[in-house]
Amino acid sequence: MTELIFFINQVVISGAVLGCIYALGAVGITLVFGILRFAHFAHSELMTSGAFFAFLLAGAFAAWGITAPIPMGFVVLPIAMVISAIFALGIDKGFYAPLRKRGAKPVTLLIASIGVTLMVQGLIRLFFGAGSYSFFETETKDVFRVDLSAFGSTRPLVITEPQLLMIVVTALSVIALHLFLTRSRLGKAMRAMADNADLAQVSGINTALVVRVTWIIAGALGCMAGTMLALDVTLKPDLAFNIIIPIFAAAIVGGLGQAYGAIAGGLLIGFAESLAVFNWTMVLRPLNAILPEWLQLPATLAFVPTEYKLTVAFVILVVTLLVRPTGIFKGASS
Amino acid sequence: MALIELKHVVGGYGGAPILNGVNIAIEPHDIGVIVGPNGAGKSTTLKAIFGLLKVTGGTIEFGGENVANSLPDRLVPKGLSFVPQEKNVFTSMSVEENLEMGAFTRKDDFRATMAWVYEMFPVLAEKRRQPAGELSGGQRQMVAMGRALMSKPRLLMLDEPSAGLSPRYVIEIFETIVRVNKEGVGILMVEQNARQALAFASKGFVLASGQNRFTGTGPELIADPEVAKSFLGG
Ligand SMILES: Nc1ncnc2c1ncn2[C@@H]1O[C@H](COP(=O)(O)OP(=O)(O)OP(=O)(O)O)[C@@H](O)[C@H]1O
Ligand SMILES: [Mg+2]
Repeated sequence: MTELIFFINQVVISGAVLGCIYALGAVGITLVFGILRFAHFAHSELMTSGAFFAFLLAGAFAAWGITAPIPMGFVVLPIAMVISAIFALGIDKGFYAPLRKRGAKPVTLLIASIGVTLMVQGLIRLFFGAGSYSFFETETKDVFRVDLSAFGSTRPLVITEPQLLMIVVTALSVIALHLFLTRSRLGKAMRAMADNADLAQVSGINTALVVRVTWIIAGALGCMAGTMLALDVTLKPDLAFNIIIPIFAAAIVGGLGQAYGAIAGGLLIGFAESLAVFNWTMVLRPLNAILPEWLQLPATLAFVPTEYKLTVAFVILVVTLLVRPTGIFKGASS
Repeated sequence: MALIELKHVVGGYGGAPILNGVNIAIEPHDIGVIVGPNGAGKSTTLKAIFGLLKVTGGTIEFGGENVANSLPDRLVPKGLSFVPQEKNVFTSMSVEENLEMGAFTRKDDFRATMAWVYEMFPVLAEKRRQPAGELSGGQRQMVAMGRALMSKPRLLMLDEPSAGLSPRYVIEIFETIVRVNKEGVGILMVEQNARQALAFASKGFVLASGQNRFTGTGPELIADPEVAKSFLGG
């Protein structure tokens, strides 16, 4: 029982948290791809800058003496999301829209987005340096320990308050996105444009408006994902840049252009990564008592050493592309 | 006054012009049919009206207003609708959602229009929740037409609505077009089933190399031996 709880703490909870972050990031990438048909590399910077917006706001709120029962990062999240949405719109207007107007190819837009990545990251370093920051310098991170000794576990189930909130907030966002895409006029227009942009135009759909809404959603969800990541670990200028590969993998595995696919892909890769680096010795240690001397378990026994965690996303990506090139949910073939 | 009038329209896709002076006039009660050989510029004419390519010369008047080079999101609310030749449904969306997209520019309640479309195409009512991509070619054509009718157009433009349909469906789709016209919607369509379509056309246009060759009522064109010989296969 102790071992099972350890497994849940290490794999299920951390996998879910990682999965939520990947899913929220991948949704933005997949929506932008569906509408504008290019791989938006700079999505990581929407996430990182979003986290910094939240960080600044949280600092300001704390300075004004505002306190809240939940971590400040979550309190300021809605405002940070609005700022990030505006920031995303600005980036589109400043860099991608002029290229689209000239009929630039998707690869040109991709390269432009790499430029945006470097630029935004440079700007963040300019203002914040290369160090890392924590949302929990002034407040404490509440940790819930569910005592399970009644079930014979010597270990409690451990989940931090931010982790619990992340899972709840992600679930709510996914439901909201689902309702938007299936119930609202604009959400349906977004699906229509991703399905057949020419016909959407012919139907009189305001495609410029759909593009704006796409950036608003991508910016807002990116900010949410970035802030959550910063709350879970620490905030630094290359916060999301480091995980752009698994996020892209999640979007492609789920089927590019498919919002639900991106969510499934994000969760899949999140769980797979935490399962891959899980130290099985912790669970299997009791076996040492019955195993012969020469077959004792090593101190760490994982599928993949932690430093190579990134390969997990690659492997899942390659296998998916080989077995089902359009991704789980049948997106655009890439 | 003509519902739509093209006067000496010149236009193309950026290179040499494809249309070299096209003249078309349609009254509100008309069914206009454009026929002509492959590559004559028939689809290009409809696209030019709908702002999908650059018009460099001539005028396009819709309801007395020059609309040359206006984009669809301005034309649809004015009462113009277009069913393209191919890829004319949202395959991943349900039949009903396809219809809703046709009503995107409308701010009023469009349920009555939807009921009207379902009444015209009962099979679509049955399949309203099914993705349009799962329907047969004929049913998709109905979805495409239904989508275009959802904006309550004054002029419905159709590019080869009978393409790829079995003879039974061809007759059915033509009957529906006539019926839509009787309910007060002007029609301008391109057709390869030229004889069949001209038979019910109040205006016929034979296009070749981006220019009008012959203009008249449908039956007049069918009766013209020269048209019959060169364009209707004898
Ligand atoms: N998107 C495009 N870009 C460049 N040229 C085009 C484009 N679409 C059509 N053309 C050219 O315009 C000319 C007229 O094409 P159009 O599609 O209008 O012919 P059509 O009369 O509709 O023929 P069909 O009966 O085969 O449908 C052709 O020579 C074609 O090559
Ligand atoms: Mg054509």
